[in-house]
Parts: sequence; C-alpha cells; structure tokens
Amino acid sequence: MAERWTQAMRPFLAKWALVAIPYLWSFLFFLAPFLIIFKISLSQTAIAMPPYTPVINTLGEFWSKLSDFSFDNYIFLTEDPLYYSAYLSSLRIALVSTVLLLIVGYPIAYGMARAPKSVRNALVMAVILPFWTSFLIRVYAWIGILKPEGLITIALQGLGILGPGEQIHVYNTETAVFIGIVYSYLPFMVLPLYAALEKLDATLLEAAADLGCPPTKSFWVITFPLSLPGVIAGCFLCFIPIVGEFVIPDLLGGSETLMIGKTLWAEFFNNRDWPVSSAVAVVLLIILVVPIVIFQNQQKKV
Amino acid sequence: MNKTTSWFNVTSLVFGFAFLYVPILILVVYSFNASKLVTVWGGFSARWYVELVHDQAIIDAAWVTIRVGILSASFATVLGTMAALVLDRYSKFHGRALFSGMVYAPLVMPEVITGLSLLLLFVAAGFDRGFWSVVIAHTTLTMCFVAVVVQSRLITFDRSLEEAALDLGCPPVKTFFLITLPLILPGVVAGWMLAFTLSLDDLVIASFNTGPGATTLPIKIYSMVRLGVTPEINAISTILISVIAVGVIVASVLSHRSEVEREKAERAVFLAG
Repeated sequence: MAERWTQAMRPFLAKWALVAIPYLWSFLFFLAPFLIIFKISLSQTAIAMPPYTPVINTLGEFWSKLSDFSFDNYIFLTEDPLYYSAYLSSLRIALVSTVLLLIVGYPIAYGMARAPKSVRNALVMAVILPFWTSFLIRVYAWIGILKPEGLITIALQGLGILGPGEQIHVYNTETAVFIGIVYSYLPFMVLPLYAALEKLDATLLEAAADLGCPPTKSFWVITFPLSLPGVIAGCFLCFIPIVGEFVIPDLLGGSETLMIGKTLWAEFFNNRDWPVSSAVAVVLLIILVVPIVIFQNQQKKV
Repeated sequence: MNKTTSWFNVTSLVFGFAFLYVPILILVVYSFNASKLVTVWGGFSARWYVELVHDQAIIDAAWVTIRVGILSASFATVLGTMAALVLDRYSKFHGRALFSGMVYAPLVMPEVITGLSLLLLFVAAGFDRGFWSVVIAHTTLTMCFVAVVVQSRLITFDRSLEEAALDLGCPPVKTFFLITLPLILPGVVAGWMLAFTLSLDDLVIASFNTGPGATTLPIKIYSMVRLGVTPEINAISTILISVIAVGVIVASVLSHRSEVEREKAERAVFLAG
C-alpha cells in the first residue's frame, strides 16, 4: 500500500520540487533581503560592526519595540538637498539617455532587420558580443578616449581643428556620462527593437508604396507603430537600471555628475552609514516600482 | 526595396558597429604600447603582459573570479532551467505571479539595490562575507538571465516528443533527462555562458558582498582604474575580451552545428517515415 502511494506520488513530488527549489532560492536571496533593507533603514546609526542598532529581531519583539522605529533616516533624506537633487538628476539622466539610445539604436536595428537574411544572425551576434565583454572594461575604454590629453584631443589637434595647446573637456562631465551610457546599454535597446522589426511583414510596406504612400510617411504610419512593443521593451530595459547606475557616472562623470547610485555607494563605503544608505535604496526602489511592474506585464505578454 | 533606404541602412549599420567596436579596438591596440603613457604611442611591446604575469595580486584575483564564475554559473544554470520549466509548463499554481516577478525583476533591478540588500541579509543571518557570499549573490542575479534564455528555447520546443515518451511509460524525471534536456541543451549552454560572463563582469554586487581574501578581478581592476589609466589595465582587459570572444564564438558555432545536424536528422526521419 505504502509503495503504491509513493509510486503515485512520485510525479507529484518531482513537480513540487521543481517549483519549490527555485522559488525558495529567489524568495530567500532576492525578496527577503528587501524586507531586511527596509528594517535597517528604520534603525539608528551606530559606530560598531555592523554599524547600526538593530530594531527588531523576532516578531514577538515587534510590538514592544515599535517605539524604537524611527523615520529619522527618511527625514534626513528630505532635509539634505543633496539627496533629492541626486534622485531628480538620476531620473533626468536616465530619461535623456533612454531617448538618445532610441535615436541611436533604432536605425541600427532597422538596418539589421532589412539586411539580407544570410547575414542577420551574424549581425545579431556582432551586437551581442560587446555585451558579453566586461561592462567595466568598456567604460574604462572611454576614459582614454575622452581624457583632456586623450585620443579625441590628439585626433582633433592632428586635423588642425584644435590648436596645439587646446584640449577638449568632456571627461568628468555629464556629456561623458551620456556617451558611456549610450555605449554600454546599446545592445539592450537594439535587440528588442530588432526582434520587433524583424517580425514586420514587408508586404504591408509594399502595399503602402503601391498605393502611393511615400517611404517616410509609411515609416511613421506602419513601421514605427508596429515596432512599438520593441520600443517599449527596449526603453524599460534601459531606463530602470540606468536610474541606479553606479560605474558609468563614477568613472566618467567626476564630481560634477550627481546620481543616486553614486550617493548610495558613497554613503555605504565612504561614510559607512548603513541605515541612511538603506533608506536611499528603499526610496529608489519605491521610485522604480511602477516602471518595474509595467516592464513585467510587458514581459508576460511576450 | 528602393536604393535610398538601403543606402541609409548600410550607413547606419557601419556607424553603429564602428561605435560599438572602435573603443574596444583602441583599448586592445594600446595594451601593446611600449610607453607608460596610455595615449602616447611608444612602439610595439608586450611588456605589460609580462608585468601582469608577475603581479601576484592580479593572478589571485583572476583565480577567485574564475572559481566564483564557474560555481555560480553552474548553480544558476540548474536553478534557472528549473525556473524556466516552471514558467513554461505550469500556468497555474499559488504564487505564480510572485514567482515570475522574482524571475524578471532582477533583470532590471539596479545592482546597488540588489547588492546592498543581499549584504544586509548576510549580516542579519550572521553569514561570513567572502567567497561563498559572492557565489550566492551571483547565482541569484544570473539565474534570472538563464531562465530567460532557456525559456525562449522552451517556447519553440515540440511537446509531442515528451508526450510520446510519457505515453510509453517513461517516468517524468527520466523523460526530462533523456528527451527534454538534450533538445534544450543549446539554450542551457548559452545560459551557462551568459551567467559565467555576467559573474566575471560584476563589480557592484561583488563589492558589497565580498570579504577578506575574496577580491575578484573587477574589484581589483576598479581600484586600479581609480588610481589612473595604465597600460597594464589595458593588458588584463585584452586578455578578458579575447577569452570571452573566443568562448562565445566557439559556443555559437557549436550550437549552430548541432542545429544543422538536428535538422538533418529530422529530415532523415521524415523521409524514412
């Protein structure tokens, strides 16, 4: 009887394990940390290791210690203009870079989708390849190019556009951050756009041309609206991580560029203020919840 | 297709790919520069590669990075493939929305948030930070990428093959290993490679979760870059880029070949039938 039961239960157990193992892993190491970050953002800074006074450890303590919760860290964020200007500037930089990415990425994706079928896979590979090589290295490559004594200055001096003593000043400015972001995130924009454009039925454009529609108009009336799912996916795939970007503004932006990822990093590693950096992260998460939910609904449809 | 648009397409492709590749090429070229000044060409030399071999700190960091990469990519491939199967096969179970949320959210979640929150979990749990905390962190991040890659493979998968095996009395677990896994293997391999390179690449999450004796290569490179641009960094970068480029190209050629062979086999079966 028992044996029969295990026989019958075996497929069920396999299915249960298949769901439970990745579920538990994600729950433990992705979701639960957010609860902890929220908890620590409500605690007080302390000079110790770990550098904070814990608020609660068990649920039983929860009610008795409720008075220890403090929103001081959040109030601190609103009092210092550094934080909200960093949030606003991150959102602005992410928005501008996403638009730039769309402008740069669309023609590339369009060219790929219209290329002969035999070379399309090679082109996709060529877009993915830089994405596989290190992000850090690709950002680093731009330092040597953009520095005042770097390659652009040398090239412009060689062409006689700049005088011998003159230099370009792009490195450590927001322009350098935009260049770095567009360069690093380009595959994330091009690939969803390409996926949408490749599916596009070419006969629609032929029909429009036969009926006398000029190519520019048929692009805006047919191609662009049909590629919208790709546009939306690409924009979210770029916009959300750019808001929290750290490496690019840190290496290319200098002290002039204010971004929240940099602020969080400095709070954590330089000031060792864990509760404030947790509060910075919680607010960033709240700002990004809406775009993340939209992105996920988009993903589910695909 | 008229001439003006195809001319436009070619130009945009040429400029687009130049933009993607020229900075990397410059980086590689200057790694062979004899001069200490990165932007002044002082003749061809391999001295920075020689110096690299004698830099024990870099070799240690590279070793840590490779071990973290292999372990986390392997765990992530198992977990990610399971997650992909769940998302592909089970359309209804309690908490499916939460599950798919947990699979897709890390793809776009800023790394500073993921890194900091995981660190706080390790501290709260009293788990020592070091090698294993980085492995767990990278597994969590990269399993989502594996899940997406494998899921795209599963969508085009012919379920009738599995059903045939099950109808003939093959147990589900055995069916998976005999039928499903070999057919989705290119996706699984691609997922492993993506996970490995993402782990090799990660600075932010590793910085938050590392501990004594677990300095990874990106952490080391980052601290060197903060001190200034040196040809030695170009040399490490060139090695990393070549290893990854060769790996990716070999993997894609292999998967293309297996695809072609599979198609041939299917055609043979069809003709025989």
